[in-house]
Amino acid sequence: MQLIVDGKRHEVDVEDDMPLLWVLRDELNIKAVKYGCGVAACGACTVHIDGVAVRSCQTSVSDVDGEVTTINGLGTPEAMHAVQEAWVEHQVAQCGYCQSGQIMQAASLLSDKPSPSDEDIDDAMSGNLCRCGTYPRIRAAVKTAAVKLQEG
Amino acid sequence: MSKVGKIARRTFLIGAAAVAGGVAFGVYKVRTPFNNPLENDLADGSATFNPWVIIDSEKVTLIGPHGDKGQGIAHAQAALIAEELDIEFGQFETSFGKPDKAYWNRAMADDGVPFMFTDKSFSAESMRTVMGGLLKLLGMQGTGGSSSIPDSFVKLREAGAMARETLKLAASNVSGVPVRDLKTANGAVLLPDGTEIAYTALAGEAAKLDPVREIKLREPSEWRLIGKPMQRLDIVSKSTGTMDYGIDIDIEGAVHAAVVCNPRQGGALNSYDADTASKMRGVQKIVDVTGGVAVVADNTWRAIQAAQAIDFDWGPAPYPAEQDDHWAEVAASFVEDRLDKEWRNEGDVDQALAGGKAVDVEYRVPYVAHAPLEPLNATVLVEDNKVTVWTGHQVPRMLQQQVAAVTGHAPEQVDFYNQFMGGSFGHRLEFEHVKLAAEVANQMRGTPVKLTYSREEDFAHDFPRHIGMARGSGAVQDGKVVAVDLAVAMPSVINSQMGRAGLSVPGPDTQISAGAWNNPYSIPNNRMRAYRVPELAPTSSWRSVGASAGGFFFDSLLDELIYEAGADPLAERIRLMQHDVSRKVLEAVGEMSNWGSTLPANTGRGVAFVESFGVPTAEVIEVSNTDNGIRINKVWVAADVGTVVDPVNFENLVQGGVIFGLGHAMNSEITYSDGMAEQANYWDAEGMRMSQCPEIFVKGLENNPSVRGIGEPPVPPAAPALANAIFAATGQRIRELPLYNHIDFV
Repeated sequence: MQLIVDGKRHEVDVEDDMPLLWVLRDELNIKAVKYGCGVAACGACTVHIDGVAVRSCQTSVSDVDGEVTTINGLGTPEAMHAVQEAWVEHQVAQCGYCQSGQIMQAASLLSDKPSPSDEDIDDAMSGNLCRCGTYPRIRAAVKTAAVKLQEG
Repeated sequence: MSKVGKIARRTFLIGAAAVAGGVAFGVYKVRTPFNNPLENDLADGSATFNPWVIIDSEKVTLIGPHGDKGQGIAHAQAALIAEELDIEFGQFETSFGKPDKAYWNRAMADDGVPFMFTDKSFSAESMRTVMGGLLKLLGMQGTGGSSSIPDSFVKLREAGAMARETLKLAASNVSGVPVRDLKTANGAVLLPDGTEIAYTALAGEAAKLDPVREIKLREPSEWRLIGKPMQRLDIVSKSTGTMDYGIDIDIEGAVHAAVVCNPRQGGALNSYDADTASKMRGVQKIVDVTGGVAVVADNTWRAIQAAQAIDFDWGPAPYPAEQDDHWAEVAASFVEDRLDKEWRNEGDVDQALAGGKAVDVEYRVPYVAHAPLEPLNATVLVEDNKVTVWTGHQVPRMLQQQVAAVTGHAPEQVDFYNQFMGGSFGHRLEFEHVKLAAEVANQMRGTPVKLTYSREEDFAHDFPRHIGMARGSGAVQDGKVVAVDLAVAMPSVINSQMGRAGLSVPGPDTQISAGAWNNPYSIPNNRMRAYRVPELAPTSSWRSVGASAGGFFFDSLLDELIYEAGADPLAERIRLMQHDVSRKVLEAVGEMSNWGSTLPANTGRGVAFVESFGVPTAEVIEVSNTDNGIRINKVWVAADVGTVVDPVNFENLVQGGVIFGLGHAMNSEITYSDGMAEQANYWDAEGMRMSQCPEIFVKGLENNPSVRGIGEPPVPPAAPALANAIFAATGQRIRELPLYNHIDFV
């Protein structure tokens, strides 16, 4: 079957029920997408399908009906997305393992709600677990990113 | 090294540490007890000055041997070297280096404890015992016990200064300009005429020289980096998905393995049927491993799916099958022949209690999982004369020994490449997952094997934080707390952990009742007893170890006594605290929180203080009692680490430690049924979610005479401060964690 990931078309030969997460990680070697729980409890595997955040560990590859964007497609160290810039500015990460998913979730939130309230942020982000406890910085970074995106 | 030299060295350490921030360093001779491992494979034209700095014509590499599990020590180690080396971020590379005894963690030995040997004060004694226990626990090269900054703070600046002075000597030889006229900045030596010679250009000349050992460390007023906000070296990669962790290791030709081992930990595998599994797509091999079975496949998911398709017949657990029986064993341990140690017996507690106990209560803490977000994993390649291991681990040299014992190699034949860790909280002190990977790889010599635990296997085979109970009483008089009597019963986590590494630890376990016995209060009648429960489920060090339980017990009891005395919770703690550094921490948290101000209805505040790992830490928590349950509004934290190396990372670690402590206090436990953990994934032991996260205000004080680490100390006060706040808001005193078994949270 075919997948478009970060703008590139890939042909993969896998079971229909293989989660998108493992197609990305083990078949396409996109390691930026993280395995945390396998049951959509942590959000570490979050990617976008047509711009909307989904848990790739609970999305069968055969159910992928749009273009997949991973954090690699969002921005790069040389050309960061506004959300990533905000994450750097606030020095959000500790271990950093959840942050790819957090950033993808935040980017999806901000494309949906460019000026989220505190409640909007909590609602959108509470499915993404951070065991290190960087939540205060994530909140601040989402707000900074919102301003950056609106200023263009 | 002469005896005189040793004494001088020790005197220096004490003298330096006695001045906050390490001022007044004199010129002295740097002692290097071990050979420099970087000399082993040194290329022509490369210069190494000590085990932490290597320079060639292309680049400068700084070695930071402490493992990074998110605490930012990879950055901090480099920053400490760079402070003296006069090199900027972006001008050097970093590495965790290879395991070596030169990277001995000196903060874990008594010699690194910044107290004179005559000092039998509470602080000195508690630090020595904690350190001694950890030294045994971790072996020589280790990351844990919040010891990385204490270990590194002087040593790595010395390393930077040695390299700098040697490079100046090299520049002097090349240019003919006397060393005294040379300066250094931006990774270069500066000549008086303005010429800059890059360090890399001096590598060849420096390689010919003996490293300069007569150095003078800079005064704090001269620091460029320490104490100022820094951008962590790993922050861009961790914000762009470009950081590779152990689980992301991609070795050419590697196969993917999953294991299922007896969920009754340590129980036997009687038999299994892998007929279905062996026919599943991508499965290459099914092999026996200790206590279970591994599936090797061409893809991680396929390996995990196939492993879960195996039918197992497991033997019984070597510990009580049901949780109630664990508690019964703990409850039965408050007896003379299980007394591990009477740590404190000041005043006359029996007489003070003779007039009546103000409270007489029992507390409990559960088993809890570490559950770092990166599931445990290890990649191992076994060859006839060599083993290579890639994973993130806290005890590299013990890892070499453990792997060598599995494969039949010598420890020095095990090459270990430490990786950035997606959390640990103590789980990556353990070896089981690495040994299992080595077992599989040993049956497939020549093929790299990457073992990834499923989250369910990670939970089932965690070695959780020990359970514990405490029985406490005390007396009050004239509005004051006059007596505290606390007895704690726990299994020995140190015994359990070291037992798995094949080591036995004699003597009492400081971690049974840590956070309680070492309380720095001056209570007139103060008795702290620790009882050792025979091992139940296997347990392991969990962020802040014993203090995560003992701190809850002691501070909860103190809070109850203060309430019975009719005193103010903060004022009475301050009155009882004659340890100056600790009292200032309590006073600071009172000022920050404006303690005593009028609060809205249904709102309450609690305060708690726990000293752990040499760091007095006080927290005030404010909660509201809403229609749907308790909401945690705000937290204020004051902690004293002597010198805050990086205020941004300090704040982040304190906030994270509070969230870790609160999340587990709220809703996380491991319970056993039929010998198996009943919790299998994050739904069952969730921790804190963002919507529950309070605002957290942090202040780092710098009165502590020694420089300490902040990884663990924010955790222990969180649970008691929360329970105390819930009492203040609701009148409900909860004496058992997790709290959600007794009250709802929103």
